[in-house]
Amino acid sequence: MATVYVNDKPVDIGTERLNLVQAAGKAGVFIPHYCWHPALSVVASCRMCLVEVGEKKPDGTVAMQPRVVPACQTPAKDGTIVITSSPKARFAQEQTLESLLLNHPLDCPVCDKAGECLLQDYSFRFGRATSRMIDPKNQPPNKDYIGEHITLFADRCILCSRCVRFTREISGTAELQVISRGHHSEIDIFPGEPVNNKLAGNVVDICPVGALCSKDFLYKQRVWFLRSQKSVCPDCSTGCSIDIDHNKDIVYRLRPRENPLAQGHFMCDEGRFNYPYINSAARIFLPSQRGSNGQAGDIWQHVLSSLRRDLRAAAQRDGSSVAAVLSPFLTCEEAYLLARLMKGLSPDARLYLGHVPVHGEDDRYPKDRKGRPIEPVKFTIRAEKCPNRRGVEAILRHFDGEVRDFGQALHAAGEGRIKALYLTAGYSPRAGAWITAEQTKNLQAVPLLIVQDLLATPASALAHYVLPAASFAEKDGTFVNHAGLAQAIRWAVRPAQTERTDGQVFLDLLERRGLVHTPTLRKELAAEVAYFAPLAGDLGELGIMLT
Amino acid sequence: MPDFTPVLLRRLGKAGGQSLDSYRADGGYRALAKALNDMSPAQVGETVKAAGLRGRGGAGFPTGVKWTFLPKDHPGPIYLCVNADESEPCTFNNRILQEEDPHQVLEGILLASYATRASTAYIYLRYEYGKSYRVLQKAIDELYENNLLGRNILGKDFSLDVYLHRGAGAYICGEETGLIESLEGKRGWPRIKPPFPAVEGAFRKPTVVNNIETLACVTHIIDRGADWFKSIGVPADPKNPRDAGSYGPKLYCISGHVNKPGCVELPLGVTVRELIDKHGGGVWKGRKAKGCIPGGISMGLMTEAEFDTPLDFNGPGKVGCLGLGTAAVTVFDETTSIVDVLYNICRFFAHESCGQCTPCREGTGWMYKIMERMRSGQGRLEDLQILDEVAKNIGIMPGTTICGLADGAGWPVKNAIAKFRPELEECIRKGPTLAVSRPLQAVHA
Ligand SMILES: Cc1cc2nc3c(=O)[nH]c(=O)nc-3n(C[C@H](O)[C@H](O)[C@H](O)COP(=O)(O)O)c2cc1C
Ligand code: SF4
Ligand code: SF4
Ligand code: SF4
Ligand code: FES
Repeated sequence: MATVYVNDKPVDIGTERLNLVQAAGKAGVFIPHYCWHPALSVVASCRMCLVEVGEKKPDGTVAMQPRVVPACQTPAKDGTIVITSSPKARFAQEQTLESLLLNHPLDCPVCDKAGECLLQDYSFRFGRATSRMIDPKNQPPNKDYIGEHITLFADRCILCSRCVRFTREISGTAELQVISRGHHSEIDIFPGEPVNNKLAGNVVDICPVGALCSKDFLYKQRVWFLRSQKSVCPDCSTGCSIDIDHNKDIVYRLRPRENPLAQGHFMCDEGRFNYPYINSAARIFLPSQRGSNGQAGDIWQHVLSSLRRDLRAAAQRDGSSVAAVLSPFLTCEEAYLLARLMKGLSPDARLYLGHVPVHGEDDRYPKDRKGRPIEPVKFTIRAEKCPNRRGVEAILRHFDGEVRDFGQALHAAGEGRIKALYLTAGYSPRAGAWITAEQTKNLQAVPLLIVQDLLATPASALAHYVLPAASFAEKDGTFVNHAGLAQAIRWAVRPAQTERTDGQVFLDLLERRGLVHTPTLRKELAAEVAYFAPLAGDLGELGIMLT
Repeated sequence: MPDFTPVLLRRLGKAGGQSLDSYRADGGYRALAKALNDMSPAQVGETVKAAGLRGRGGAGFPTGVKWTFLPKDHPGPIYLCVNADESEPCTFNNRILQEEDPHQVLEGILLASYATRASTAYIYLRYEYGKSYRVLQKAIDELYENNLLGRNILGKDFSLDVYLHRGAGAYICGEETGLIESLEGKRGWPRIKPPFPAVEGAFRKPTVVNNIETLACVTHIIDRGADWFKSIGVPADPKNPRDAGSYGPKLYCISGHVNKPGCVELPLGVTVRELIDKHGGGVWKGRKAKGCIPGGISMGLMTEAEFDTPLDFNGPGKVGCLGLGTAAVTVFDETTSIVDVLYNICRFFAHESCGQCTPCREGTGWMYKIMERMRSGQGRLEDLQILDEVAKNIGIMPGTTICGLADGAGWPVKNAIAKFRPELEECIRKGPTLAVSRPLQAVHA
């Protein structure tokens, strides 16, 4: 047990190894910091976190150090005294902030970071808003060449070196460096080696100011118009926790959300920049039934009642010839509803796991200069490009005692053993085509083919019923990642007015009344499927590990 | 002060004096043989400690004590980094030792390596010292040829490799951890401490960093003994238990507005006035001095009235200077504008700050811009307030930076404001006429 005194308030930090920024955080006291980042090495160079430090001896006497010290570099020990608000500490913090503003362009009105900029925030909370320098500011050139996805406004840089350390310590690719010295120091790349590694986008997040900006996001939105929704990236089985930043039903960017149980602090660019399809005009917005154009009245009501009828008829003819393919892009709740729907039609109905896209091998970081991963691994982009294989498999096992894969579904369809096939997809474009033209031929013999998807494919061209699917950003539910971590995804934007989420379609087909209410469904799932039992309550922000 | 026979410079100017044969003929490598034959490494370290030798690189840390900070019974390797970066303006004592008597230095390196059990010594040499490079490399080659470097030196169980590494022209690479980073092939950014180099230094191994002159002194301490060394210089003040004394000979560099600039060897404790008048031939052109830089520009400024200050490890501090520094005195005469002096100093530090710590990077740049403006006649009285505030709050002493460069950058500024304020104010009031009088010739960054 170790007790640290933060501004005279004792706080027990247990046996954790913390620095004084973290220890003060436990006491509810925020110590401003720039260069320190929990995932990067300590350099203690920005000097934003200066505090007064002392020691309370066992005999009760107090010895204060005569100088201010960086909190990020100082380990918290039993009896450590931290003072953040004394005139001396405040003066040191003010001085650092004034220094940082000396050569800063203060072009907040046109800066992408304004509103979430730590230089703005700290100047407001801990500094003065101006500097006393009347001399010309240094104006290093902006560097648009720094990366495919990132651009550098060099004059806004505060030289915290976070970005440099990120490329050295996390991606290992080491593209970024500091050039020149003193107040002419600048961030740059080695000539001809832009920051194009697959983790590059993270430097924009960790840059405390508007120096490194995302070309994708640049000048699209003022951040104070954005709302954030906590969700999970669907693009590989790592299942990075993310924030979906959106405004008026449009997704503008994805950002990693710290989750030690999932990926840590970061996310990859494949996931980060793979969102425009959500807003795509090519999406399937309306349900349709082949050969019944121009129906008057509510199209959904028409299509669903017709589909219900067709499915029941097929099940009555031969229950074992009715099948559904459960996509690994479905949430656990959706997979469960679809399984219930099929088993309700006939206990003999077959369930298959949808196509599991696997691209190459797991991509581990950091890498050495030759591109070989080095230990300890700090980030993995997984080869499996879907979010919920494990969750869907658990459902399949519960209902069928085994997992039949997509290949088996195609095989059975090709042999004419499937008379009615409900194919869910909803793959993100990153996963690649989930069905090839060759495979589609196997579906030709299926008398009743239902395809539920985001975008048109050869399979939907063949389908008797085509239903819209919802993207991850439009629905609530649970994904289980590669390690068995169950995380909640939450809707950020509403699907187009004419659309229904997959879960809603299943509910409607089941003739269960009302709208999807995920907590209720999750409770039902937890009660019914033992694997999901721990999910009866709230999943929290980090999720729950399933075994 | 009685006449003093030079020790470190005793072979200065000797024809062919850089060769191994010549050095040996003058008793060279006698100390090494003595150490290897009759002394344990610990005894060598003890002797240096007993001699009260303090580092000549600027900080004045007791050398023997520094060596004891190495972890005991370390499996190795342990490294010795020889600091020959000598970039403090006005300082050229290492250069003379390297160019004139390289073996004296190398013998000290061998002795220090023996005492610290270092298996490799890296000499980090200031890039601009081309002649030093050639002379030192030749001397190292000679040692390898004569079994004084390499494996089993003089047939004993002691091996050492010495590498000569040229810097790339950055002042900050003289700071010991900046030096280590640069030696490892990285950007010369000083490291945060702990860990200290003695625990984790070059290539993450225990490392001792010592200055060239310090190591040259080691040679003579082993040769002639600790008592001899202690008989030179200024003894510790018995009333001050923290005073470690200022023992031994010291190379003093004299430059600036004097008749006879150069480097002289004297016992520690000579006064600035004696140095200028007796050894520097007095202030040039029959003028009077306005002041001086007492030990490299990092140490601050001294006024003429303070010239009776002894240049030992305690003296300069008593008149508000940072310390002895490199004992390189640069004199400026009464016609020199203090604005020009400060301008040059600020330009140097703004140029040489490595740029990692915000207060140093921005503070040195700001002070430089203010001085540039003041020099062109647009200074404001409030600039003095700003300069003073910045100067007093950057550095490891106030706790706002990683290394001592910032302390050195602030010291001359705050000294100038404390000691030359009327002149600064007058310059500000009068405008450019006085301020851009004449560029200061002696101080070049
Ligand atoms: C900015 C800065 C520059 C320095 N430059 C040198 C240098 O050029 N040569 C040197 O010997 N020491 C220099 N030092 C001092 C070294 O950090 C270190 O204290 C010294 O090399 C130790 O050797 P010593 O104990 O033998 O003096 C410098 C220190 C600072 C803060
Ligand atoms: S670009 Fe941003 S992250 Fe990189 S050093 Fe500058 S301020 Fe820090
Ligand atoms: S690693 Fe996987 S889950 Fe994480 S952002 Fe990339 S694609 Fe998404
Ligand atoms: S004090 Fe200055 S020179 Fe030293 S590490 Fe900091 S920025 Fe670099
Ligand atoms: S956060 Fe501590 S010095 Fe930068």
